[in-house]
Amino acid sequence: MSVRVGIVGGTGYGAGELLRLLVDHPEVEVTQIISSSQAGAFAHAMHPHLRGRTLPRFISPDALADCDVLFLAQPHGEAQGHIAEYAARAERIIDLSADFRLRDAAQYTATYSEAHAAPEWLERFVYGLPELYRAQLLGARYASGVGCNATATLLACYALVKAGMINDAQPLIADAKVGSSEAGRTPTDSSHHPARAGIVRPFALTGHRHEAEVRQALAPYGWFDVRLAVTSVELVRGVAVAIYVSLPAGMAEKDIWAAYRAAWNGQPFMRIVHDKSGIHRHPEPRLLAGTNYADVGWEYDPATGRAALLCAIDNLGKGAAGSAVQCMNLMCGFEETTGLRFGGFYP
Amino acid sequence: MNTCIECGAELNIPTGVMMGEILPCPDCGVELEVTNLTPLTVELAPQEMEDWGE
Repeated sequence: MSVRVGIVGGTGYGAGELLRLLVDHPEVEVTQIISSSQAGAFAHAMHPHLRGRTLPRFISPDALADCDVLFLAQPHGEAQGHIAEYAARAERIIDLSADFRLRDAAQYTATYSEAHAAPEWLERFVYGLPELYRAQLLGARYASGVGCNATATLLACYALVKAGMINDAQPLIADAKVGSSEAGRTPTDSSHHPARAGIVRPFALTGHRHEAEVRQALAPYGWFDVRLAVTSVELVRGVAVAIYVSLPAGMAEKDIWAAYRAAWNGQPFMRIVHDKSGIHRHPEPRLLAGTNYADVGWEYDPATGRAALLCAIDNLGKGAAGSAVQCMNLMCGFEETTGLRFGGFYP
Repeated sequence: MNTCIECGAELNIPTGVMMGEILPCPDCGVELEVTNLTPLTVELAPQEMEDWGE
């Protein structure tokens, strides 16, 4: 018998990617898609790539029925106000928004400039990045989403942090190049095509909210001074992060390889991309569109000890819906890669 | 066991490998040149230096 899945906030790009993954997932059936603005409409009215697929129509929030797994894909701040109601409807919840990513209410207030509406729920959620929290996600009832830029930043530096090759004595300044779908479905002046096409636009060089979840995830290894500098580029999907660090004297390429292998071998969606030949020697987001992969790599200059730590993901895949489905697989006891094996396309 | 001198990956050395043969590393893609057979020794083969896509 299939697991019954519902999605609250079904019209956004994250929800569209969730539906694309779930409609082919052999263990689940999407039984309800909630939208306050599109009740009665077909799913393909908002997600045209799903035309012809068997999905229910959108229904209004007051029609929410019981299900086994409920994905919350609403704008930031919505889920926390209704979390008890949702928990009464579903055994398991995965919230793609930022509402339950931070464990500490004071940290939440400092990051989002408002008090959390349900602080008692923060401790119940597991941060939804399986590569770092797999053990906690197995069988869990509640998982948060992940910030797409936070995911790429974490995965870029995690291997060397874990290996002790970089510590919190130096800042982690992550330069992120991001695509337009990060801004969500609602158009703005800055996302208007004539204003955005062809840009390389720095838009959040300091104070990005995702810094807090990166610091939280790295906390077992120290209190890292994490800074994200985000630039919009000519992509629809994709995040490419580079973190520039200094490595201890005497470090060799082999040492970096050993650290990356120790961190990522056996992780089904992590790939080390550090080639000495060919044209795709480093992680590139374009190759990852529609996938749940995270490609990581580096460039290292042994003469100076300087290194650039790299990660590329699809912000809607590994940075949102892909990780959420991976979490569901772990929470429900499914094989971890179920429904997530699409390998991308090229060119 | 022979390993890549660049990244440490285990190399699959074919039977009957010849002096001067170029072996690609399966992990990092570097090209390794066989410079001695007994014992088997590899060194980094000269790399192309042209711009590869910038």
